[in-house]
Amino acid sequence: MEAQIKVKRFNPENGAKPFFQDYSIDVSEDSTILDGLIKIREEQDGTLALRCSCRASICGSCSMKVNGSAKLVCKTRIKEVSPQGETVTVEPMGNFPVIKDLVTEMDSFWSKVKSIDPYVKTNFEPEAEHIASNESMTHLLGVMNCIMCGACVSECTALEVDSTFTGPAALAKAYRFVADPRDEDKKERLGKLNESSGVWDCSRCLACVEVCPKDVAPMERIVKMRDLAIEEGYTNTSGYRHTESFSDSIKKHGRLDETRLALESTGLLNISGLIDLAVIGIKSLFKGKIPPPLPHRPKEADKVTNIAKRLDSEESEE
Amino acid sequence: MKFAFYPGCVARGAAPELYKSTMLVVDKLGIELEEIEKAACTGAGVLQEKNQKLGDVLNIRTLALAEQMGLSIMTICSTCQGVISQANHRVVKDPEYLAEINKELEKEGLHYSGKTEVKHLLWILLEDIGIKTLQDMFNIDLSGFNFAPFYGCYLIRPSDALGITENPKRKHSLDIVIESTGASSTDYAGKTRCCGFPILLINQKNSLKMVAKHTGDAKDNGADAMVTPCPLCHLNLDGYQAKARRQNNRGKADLPILHLPQLIGMAMGLDAKELGINKHLVSTANFIKSIKTKVS
Repeated sequence: MEAQIKVKRFNPENGAKPFFQDYSIDVSEDSTILDGLIKIREEQDGTLALRCSCRASICGSCSMKVNGSAKLVCKTRIKEVSPQGETVTVEPMGNFPVIKDLVTEMDSFWSKVKSIDPYVKTNFEPEAEHIASNESMTHLLGVMNCIMCGACVSECTALEVDSTFTGPAALAKAYRFVADPRDEDKKERLGKLNESSGVWDCSRCLACVEVCPKDVAPMERIVKMRDLAIEEGYTNTSGYRHTESFSDSIKKHGRLDETRLALESTGLLNISGLIDLAVIGIKSLFKGKIPPPLPHRPKEADKVTNIAKRLDSEESEE
Repeated sequence: MKFAFYPGCVARGAAPELYKSTMLVVDKLGIELEEIEKAACTGAGVLQEKNQKLGDVLNIRTLALAEQMGLSIMTICSTCQGVISQANHRVVKDPEYLAEINKELEKEGLHYSGKTEVKHLLWILLEDIGIKTLQDMFNIDLSGFNFAPFYGCYLIRPSDALGITENPKRKHSLDIVIESTGASSTDYAGKTRCCGFPILLINQKNSLKMVAKHTGDAKDNGADAMVTPCPLCHLNLDGYQAKARRQNNRGKADLPILHLPQLIGMAMGLDAKELGINKHLVSTANFIKSIKTKVS
């Protein structure tokens, strides 16, 4: 079949701006996008730069944006994204500097992974292999599937506005050690992850969960670590106050009390933050938006509060 | 056509104009709504961080209440839709977990079979009303206008829980509805990104960078207004646009942000004030004027 592939080209050495180039190639029905790109390079345009290795979705080298979101091009068939022969647009990953064409610079990615100390830490020198039981490790199977391809980082909406954010790949890796039964550095790790650029800066947009080719679900690991950090006593964050106030409101009223949530998350000692909220509040009033003084409560709200009480005590017993 | 209605906390709180415009529009569409009055907040993913099971029980309870009413659910908030869909997806693929949750619900005489459908108004327009029927109800041709769609993360991700594989049009639903009014849908990178609201109270600087980027980019690409099916996105994109644009050197707050039913209502010819379009913090005066000029 004939496939139309539009590739974003960029070569910093010739000083030209990035541009799109269209290719038309003859491929077989079951060809992957990577097959197509390699064919272009071999038969039509030797200057096209791309990175790949295993061609079997194991090495994590060939993550690129396909029609706007990151995919392993060796795992994605052309037919899948172009059932009617539509043009397939291939770009380098987002949130990474581009070296040339589809090849991205991975240095900051690896330095963030290194920053979370990606190895088991113990307080003793093991004399033999440090074995954990199968059962104690099963919850880590998903996160250990990570092949470090960078797809999650490419799509991360928090990284788009703040390159200092640790990011989904390194944070998922951090969870792999925080939740490892052999690791003895859990409290210190969570303390560090609780600081700025850590777990609370995730915008919970689910982009990483959606694009991960290995179902690592980085965001789910990140929010799990928020809870673990709170359990370890790290409560001096607006993130903690936000979660706490939100949950309290539902437990007390069955619904969200927006005014209280805003005040409590900001912190009652944070004067400039409170003034900021007051400005928005007053502007809304002038527009005739008058929020109800008390949250709108569901009927028989006590039923909700009872469920909340029961399940809350159930969870704290665990 | 009748649905069990789940308005969500924001339509009942900080964004009353969403509730009102929804009511006006569903009336015209011939949709009858019965509010699920006993339903709790979805937890918005925040409660779930602390106690996933509690969040799931409350959302499955909402689905069970609708089942008792014999109706599918209509939502008007991307976040509510996403969080209920995610809970539903978890129990449908795990019957043991559903049984565990049902045990909790039985104390209140409720039971969930796993069959309640939950749909955002946006999807109902597309799948139940149909674009052609919808267009027949429009009285004003909005051609020449350019509206930037802003979906809200939880209405497009994760695609498996939202049934996007089975209903691929959902992925472009807002673009389709915008174009059905005769207007163009703005092409810009931000439409499926995060509005920043979930971190507004945690990392305001980053949150406002998102607001400035998306509203600024939409404006630069020709948008006359932005349309969102999510009132949480609305709170941030409208409420904080002035501060965000100023802080990030993206000019003045000049992009009106409309709720989805406000766009539909406008195309139907309903009064802008009735729809609450004048209630937003970013001025909509010039926008309303341009619509009026177009009509006359």
